[in-house]
Amino acid sequence: MSDGISRADVAHLANLARIDLTDAELDRLTPELTVILESVAKVAEVAAADVPPTSHAVPLSNVFREDVVTPGLTPEQALAGAPAVEQQRFAVPKILGEDA
Amino acid sequence: MTATHTELVPFDQALETYDPVMGLEVHVELNTASKMFCGCSTVFGAEPNTQVCPTCLGLPGALPVVNGKAVESAIRIGLALNCSIAPWSRFARKNYFYPDMPKNFQTSQYDEPICFEGWTEVTIETDEGPQAFRVEIERAHMEEDTGKSLHVGGATGRIHGADYSLVDYNRAGIPLIEIVTKPIVGTGKYAPQVARAYVAHLRELVKALGVSDARMEQGSMRCDVNLSLMPKGADVLGTRSETKNVNSLRSVERAVRYEVERHAGVLDAGQKIVQETRHWHEDTGVTTSGREKSDAEDYRYFPEPDLVPVAPSEEWIEELRASLPEPPAQRRGRLQGEWGYSDLEMRDVVGAGALDLIEATVAAGATPTAARKWWLGELARRANDTGTPIDGLGVTPAHVAEVQALVDAKRINDKLARQVFDGLVAGEGTPEEIVVARGLEVVSDDGALTAAVDRAIEANPDVAAKIRDGKVAAAGALIGAVMKEMRGQADAGRVRELILSKLG
Repeated sequence: MSDGISRADVAHLANLARIDLTDAELDRLTPELTVILESVAKVAEVAAADVPPTSHAVPLSNVFREDVVTPGLTPEQALAGAPAVEQQRFAVPKILGEDA
Repeated sequence: MTATHTELVPFDQALETYDPVMGLEVHVELNTASKMFCGCSTVFGAEPNTQVCPTCLGLPGALPVVNGKAVESAIRIGLALNCSIAPWSRFARKNYFYPDMPKNFQTSQYDEPICFEGWTEVTIETDEGPQAFRVEIERAHMEEDTGKSLHVGGATGRIHGADYSLVDYNRAGIPLIEIVTKPIVGTGKYAPQVARAYVAHLRELVKALGVSDARMEQGSMRCDVNLSLMPKGADVLGTRSETKNVNSLRSVERAVRYEVERHAGVLDAGQKIVQETRHWHEDTGVTTSGREKSDAEDYRYFPEPDLVPVAPSEEWIEELRASLPEPPAQRRGRLQGEWGYSDLEMRDVVGAGALDLIEATVAAGATPTAARKWWLGELARRANDTGTPIDGLGVTPAHVAEVQALVDAKRINDKLARQVFDGLVAGEGTPEEIVVARGLEVVSDDGALTAAVDRAIEANPDVAAKIRDGKVAAAGALIGAVMKEMRGQADAGRVRELILSKLG
């Protein structure tokens, strides 16, 4: 990661995240992100072999719920913030060329 | 882009040149009462957006918490598939922008699945008799189901040509286990049957474990079929296609067969297979091109920060292992031996979904023969006629055992037993109550029977004469007349005795 990030990498990530970046923004963000990556890489340098990699800040595991149904929202509440509603469903623009 | 149109190569001909390689991904919806990360109900068929909350709608500030029962079910599935269970595993975010997930990501597992490196075995009929095929399991991981989209405008219900989509998030967040095989090789011409048998096997397994209803027609079990062809003798895998949402056992078999024929056609024409997802069309039995694998496949997985890792203890895993039910194939073999059914009878029982019912009926005191007779003869037919599941008729194994006990005690006969089943289906009470309420009990009063026999003899002098001459077979006509007069409520054996004693 200490090799930094290329302009093409930033453009690719922006595309994946559906963020429309202008050329000027790409020019500005690429060096900024490089600095951030270099800073994070410094942390990796001081982490000795006795510091295990972790993805969580809290030393917890196995936090489980009982399998019990609890009340949620009414459809009116759930749909209150939707830009468009039809047949008690969220109406969304048609999806082009994508299919999950 | 998709290769230009090429002719299909007939299946048998394709197999002369190529070996099919399959990979099957099966999604199983768990039957927990609540969702994977929140307490919303999972009941199928509710009104849209009535089983949602801030967590499964991905609203800001919501905190997901793992459903412990779902983890237990995942481990049990893994153990039943001979998987190793990870002592430490975590969730990951799979980022994408399709609106079936309101969070813009699906919570799944990526580099640390809870179950990995397993295997199972399926048996199919081959030209050389039954043959077992081993299927290696790559992994089984936990994730959540997506919402359901309804596409409006354009071609009804389909994505292409839709003007907009309507989304119901009731299903979003229901726990799913995705079971992924390693490449299945060496099945040759039996590839379609092996694929089908494997999915059928998984369905039976998760039902036996009691962790899923596995109703393919309701989408609680779904299959993606990956297929590629390798020239015979080669050892490098070919490019694969991924056919999504193949949702019946028959379709799994057909989709494999179709893709073999299509791949062979493309390859024989000197073209290359495009790595892509394909849609299966149940009605026409073909697949069509979906989208190519490209940037869209870059899901930018990263560890889910809101959920702490799952670290099942050795003791918990062993406890779950010890509580696994007998494997379905082994259980079928044992019961068939105990009950003395032929292979054909056993197949019918399993096919009708009556195995558990018959087992319980036998446990309630009926003989295996009687239990099979009623469940397959009488009740399976009623279930078929009314489109009801056989275990949803309102008739229990205890009822069936009681009906048979009434027959054995000669209080009713088989014909009257059918009327008792009518009463049971109509919810009229227990068999005993129905016999009394409907007045079904056979007439055991010899006085009444004798009078009826006398009338039958008088009305049929020619038949009576034959019997007097020793033609005992003719008694059938008189028995019929008596039974008719008694409205079926007589023991035909006793009627016969009375006739023969009078005319003998």
